[in-house]
Amino acid sequence: MTNNPVNNRVNDPDNKAAHWLIRGVTITTGPDDRAPTDLLLRDGVITETGPKLTAPGAQVLDAHGLIALPGLVDLHTHLREPGREDAETVETGTAAAALGGYTAVHAMANTEPVADTAGVVEQIWRLGRTAGHADVQPVGAVTVGLNGRQLAELGAMADSAAHVRVFSDDGKCVADPLLMRRALEYVKAFDGVIAQHAQDPRLTEGAQLNEGEMSGRLGLAGWPAVAEEGIVARDCLLAAHVGSALHICHVSTAGSVEIIRWAKSKGWPVTAEVTPHHLLLTDELAAGYDPVYKVNPPLRTAADVAELRRALADGTIDCVATDHAPHPVEAKETEWAEAAWGMIGLETALRVVHKAMVETGLLDWAGVADRMSARPARIGRLARHGLPLSQGVPASLTLYDPGAPAELISSSGASKSRNTPFAGMELPGRVVATFLRGTPTVLDGKLASA
Amino acid sequence: MNRHLISAADLSRDDSLLILDTAEELASIADRPIKKLPTLRGRTVVNLFFEDSTRTRISFEAAAKRLSADVINFSAKGSSVAKGESLKDTALTLEAMGADAVVIRHGASGAAHRLARWVRGTVVNAGDGTHEHPTQALLDAFTIRRRLLGIERARGQGLDGMRVTIVGDVLHSRVARSNVLLLSTLGAHVTLAAPPTLLPLAVGSWPCGVSYDLDSELPKSDAVMMLRVQQERMTAAYFPSVREYSRRYGLDATRMTRLPDHAIVMHPGPMNRGVEIAAEVADSPRSTIVEQVANGVTVRMAVLYLLLGGAELPAVTQ
Repeated sequence: MTNNPVNNRVNDPDNKAAHWLIRGVTITTGPDDRAPTDLLLRDGVITETGPKLTAPGAQVLDAHGLIALPGLVDLHTHLREPGREDAETVETGTAAAALGGYTAVHAMANTEPVADTAGVVEQIWRLGRTAGHADVQPVGAVTVGLNGRQLAELGAMADSAAHVRVFSDDGKCVADPLLMRRALEYVKAFDGVIAQHAQDPRLTEGAQLNEGEMSGRLGLAGWPAVAEEGIVARDCLLAAHVGSALHICHVSTAGSVEIIRWAKSKGWPVTAEVTPHHLLLTDELAAGYDPVYKVNPPLRTAADVAELRRALADGTIDCVATDHAPHPVEAKETEWAEAAWGMIGLETALRVVHKAMVETGLLDWAGVADRMSARPARIGRLARHGLPLSQGVPASLTLYDPGAPAELISSSGASKSRNTPFAGMELPGRVVATFLRGTPTVLDGKLASA
Repeated sequence: MNRHLISAADLSRDDSLLILDTAEELASIADRPIKKLPTLRGRTVVNLFFEDSTRTRISFEAAAKRLSADVINFSAKGSSVAKGESLKDTALTLEAMGADAVVIRHGASGAAHRLARWVRGTVVNAGDGTHEHPTQALLDAFTIRRRLLGIERARGQGLDGMRVTIVGDVLHSRVARSNVLLLSTLGAHVTLAAPPTLLPLAVGSWPCGVSYDLDSELPKSDAVMMLRVQQERMTAAYFPSVREYSRRYGLDATRMTRLPDHAIVMHPGPMNRGVEIAAEVADSPRSTIVEQVANGVTVRMAVLYLLLGGAELPAVTQ
């Protein structure tokens, strides 16, 4: 018949219809409700659920064998625009997000110029609206120009059209304890959260790789776990002291997990994220000095990976965030010490979590929906994302085929950059479709607008 | 043997012995009035030096020339590299010029690994950042074997059971990394003696012993290798002062008396006289420092000869 059976799922190749009937999908958000059901998406919301729905004129997508997750939400994306459009743009970055099953991304503030004013965050927010592949929620810088000395106008960014609630100097640590305390306190006025890149700058001068056996052998300056853990501990204490929301970016060590578990046991307002790469990769990969494995915080040891997985499973770590960090080819085709920090990850995140958490039995799909959609939406204050897929909620969702055979990952995708550490690895599963408020952004694993 | 020499870990015991024994054969040429062999005639060796190191560059240059190779010296200063050309583009340029071997010295650990991905020819690591300097380890092993076993008995022998103490800034030393790997491959017992701040955190996983007390190690040592200590380490709080470092870890004449009579004193150069090594020690009969320089040329000849697969060594054996 056809050499593309998945395309057969859709009965109207023009995708122009205003409403969609998704047939026979498995909804994962409730632990009991596993029977395949139909979903009717109309006017941006899920208007009906249940078996054997009828909807004359609706486009029909046969989703038997697929699971439906609430659209994924990334708390940590570098879209690089404005300033480094050679690495990524809002258009290409959100396209990559949609292909990975995301319907919302938080755009980090370390652009050029830095997103430290109402003007810049509104610009990024508008670029996201134009691109249309996913909602772009700008993150505001904590300090002017990420300089770590003077608070940026956090209130102005909160009041702007971009409605900023998450503030971060990510890429740099807010190292000054007094400034960190003030930032935490100040954002209470508008229900903000400070997302900390935990890295003691003095303990990591010149650092290149996790300090341990590999860094010693390779002669690369060590990035000790304690440089992260010291800041995590300090900031948990500060958050408790001022009663304000702290979020820890890209937790990478077993020691940080222990501190966060302790802080949560006290009832302190602390949340945390882990990246897909820290759930799967270790510093052993640096053996060949290929800077595609250079990332900040660095890849750690197998023991850290195991503890991060356990912490994500038991909820100590709230969510997965990609830290998608695009860089042009020349920034990675260098000596290790010269190379840029970071990896891309939007297009592979769900499949990495599938491999690291689901295939290992640590998390079920309801758990994945919680850690990749519901909780990050809550931390990011996105009221219209991460909701359980039921009647009346926004029709932002991801259809995923968990049974798709593992395939080799290629380095070329929708992102402008190719610095994926997963190239050449086999990852299971496949994102089949993504819907943003009832409109498909991805169909049959391809951009719907393309 | 591998096509490249990037890490001492690339060398098996047999590889290492082959290099050392070949170097012994080549050493006899150095005593002849005409020191040149035709074995690498028509081959091109590029010395690609991103760091100033006249000693190492001259040593490789002399080695290549004694084997009749054409030598191109490419120094980063004043070249396109200084204007921001990437290592990759430099590599492609050398590739286009038909380099059979590239000898690279670079300030970044792993630079030789990276280069080997971009050129077809043989890559010889002449020191990459704080990673490795394998030909230094080979010349050190060659020197130890000759001095402790004697030239006549050296051939075919490893360093089994010999005790070598490496002293000083191990953390930042490419010489130490390569020596720990190579000397242990050859059967020696290596001990690192240094303040804890100048040892890698995970040094416990290395194939060697560790001591913070130099005085207790000296009586057990057959060879002691002093590493150069850079004064700027003091400002990063690795140790309180140069004087304190020198008192605790420097080898002076008094401390030298703790060594067994047969023991030798080594230094990869350049020395800080009066810091890690006293002038009386450097100039004493135990010191192999000048021999190490001479052996460097011989060992590098052996490496280039074996990696580039030169013609048979003509009648060197007798």
